[in-house]
Amino acid sequence: MITLTEVHKKYSSEVTIGPVTLEIPTGGITALVGPNGAGKSTMLTMVGRLLGIDSGTIEVAGYDVTSTASKDLAKIVSILRQENHFVTRLTVRQLVAFGRFPHSKGRLTTTDEEIISRSIDFLDLAELEGRYLDQLSGGQRQRAYVAMVLAQDTETVLLDEPLNNLDMKHSVLMMQHLKRAAQELNRTIVIVLHDINFAGHYSDYICAMKHGKVVQFGTPERIMNDEILSEVFETPVQVIDGPNGPLAVYY
Amino acid sequence: MTTTTPAVKPKGRLLEPKLLLGILGVLVLLGFSLFTGVYDIFGTDDGTAMFAITRIPRTIALVLAGAAMAMSGLVMQLLTQNRFVEPTTTGTTEWAGLGLLTVLIINPEASLLAKMTVAIIFAFIGTMVFFLFLQRVSLKASLTVPIVGIMLGAVVGAFSSFIALQTDMLQSLGIWFAGSFTSVIRGQYEVLWIVAIVAIAIFIVADRFTVAGLGEEIATNVGLNYRQVMLLGTGLIAIATGVVTVVIGNLPFLGLIVPNIVSMFRGDDLRSNLPWVCLLGIAITTVCDLIGRTIIMPFEVPVSLILGVLGAVVFITLLLRQRKLG
Repeated sequence: MITLTEVHKKYSSEVTIGPVTLEIPTGGITALVGPNGAGKSTMLTMVGRLLGIDSGTIEVAGYDVTSTASKDLAKIVSILRQENHFVTRLTVRQLVAFGRFPHSKGRLTTTDEEIISRSIDFLDLAELEGRYLDQLSGGQRQRAYVAMVLAQDTETVLLDEPLNNLDMKHSVLMMQHLKRAAQELNRTIVIVLHDINFAGHYSDYICAMKHGKVVQFGTPERIMNDEILSEVFETPVQVIDGPNGPLAVYY
Repeated sequence: MTTTTPAVKPKGRLLEPKLLLGILGVLVLLGFSLFTGVYDIFGTDDGTAMFAITRIPRTIALVLAGAAMAMSGLVMQLLTQNRFVEPTTTGTTEWAGLGLLTVLIINPEASLLAKMTVAIIFAFIGTMVFFLFLQRVSLKASLTVPIVGIMLGAVVGAFSSFIALQTDMLQSLGIWFAGSFTSVIRGQYEVLWIVAIVAIAIFIVADRFTVAGLGEEIATNVGLNYRQVMLLGTGLIAIATGVVTVVIGNLPFLGLIVPNIVSMFRGDDLRSNLPWVCLLGIAITTVCDLIGRTIIMPFEVPVSLILGVLGAVVFITLLLRQRKLG
């Protein structure tokens, strides 16, 4: 469970986050949606303690993220940011192995190796594990990053726009992988999503943000609603019954 | 679907046959180094003594300095996440030189240890200035970073030249600038062994540097104290650069070309790469020194000159390669 209490952050002179008070339940996928500049990524980054807060408290599984030691938090919550490109030439397996760093500090045990293999298999990367990251396509690389945070074996996983730069097929595959991770590996996954229909179909809860505040939180059934979505995104949205559940039409 | 034996197992295969071949190759080079020189160590009575006084120290110095500068370059590249930095393209060497000059002015009789300590402190401050500057402006474009570094180095170097000019030390500065192993003799080089300790330290914390190389966010995510690792890395680089600068002088581009060549062939797992980086650093330094010793025999060309030419060629090749890759 993630609990935010009166969280406040002045990001820049124009952008202020909060006050946010929110409870994200344990288990399943929670999607953060909202227009650009709503503060979704900033909030996620704060929960993942990559960015400090001005006031309030954030707790993940009962641990205060501002006061808990970073190396202990690394076993409780993992976060993957959107922009990940580095000059280091690592193979997929080497990258995923770094997910075990909080547990083994670089000296991998056989248990670590097993978990690494499992994460790699989980994201269908077994055939690519010896390849260098710069030899992969964008979708494959994104999967490798996700495999790394899964190998970290934390109860809570925060992902900032994991579908960014993925085409239709790979977006769907990624969401299926995440859904399975939430169900089979009992993870609590919080993701920032841009496509409301992905949120509506794959998530268990939707958290809608606007102007740095949480304006709606609920199940997709409740949030996938003409009025709520039009209000959140400040554009007319019509929700229709699709073959696989509700569909938001906004063009 | 299960994976069979892991394709890449970073540990446990440090001593592979290829590495043994590499070690053998370097040993042969070092053998050449031992037996290359004007003085006839076999024909004369004091040949053995000369061998012990100059040839052995010089060869040990080649090993230590070559390995140290190559490893400093590697750590620096990881910490800045930039392939084009190394102590001579970030101003670290120039800062160490300024430190050395400062000691020489304040106390011309200063001990080697004092010179070294001040050089290390200056190198540390200079490297921190560079890192802080990079963080502040968050320059990620790979070419801007070394350009900024070279500019910083040029400013510090110009300042040093100015002071040297004012204090009649220009010649000392010139001699320092042309890094050379010519003057390495018994009793003058032993402090270089300090860099062996630095090498061991880098080997121990190798994984932390690799994680830091993935960027502050990923490093923090896996619970690494990023700032602490940056400080540690800067400290180790400063010690290595400071010591080498005081004893040998400027060894340009070594830290740049070695890690890049190793990375091209082996990727960037720091721990398993370190022995290769050391070996290649030693090999290149030794080859350059051998060239410097033989092309105008019985005189010598400073090794920095040969390294500079070689480094420039590799640097440009890397740039062109990078452009081709996009």
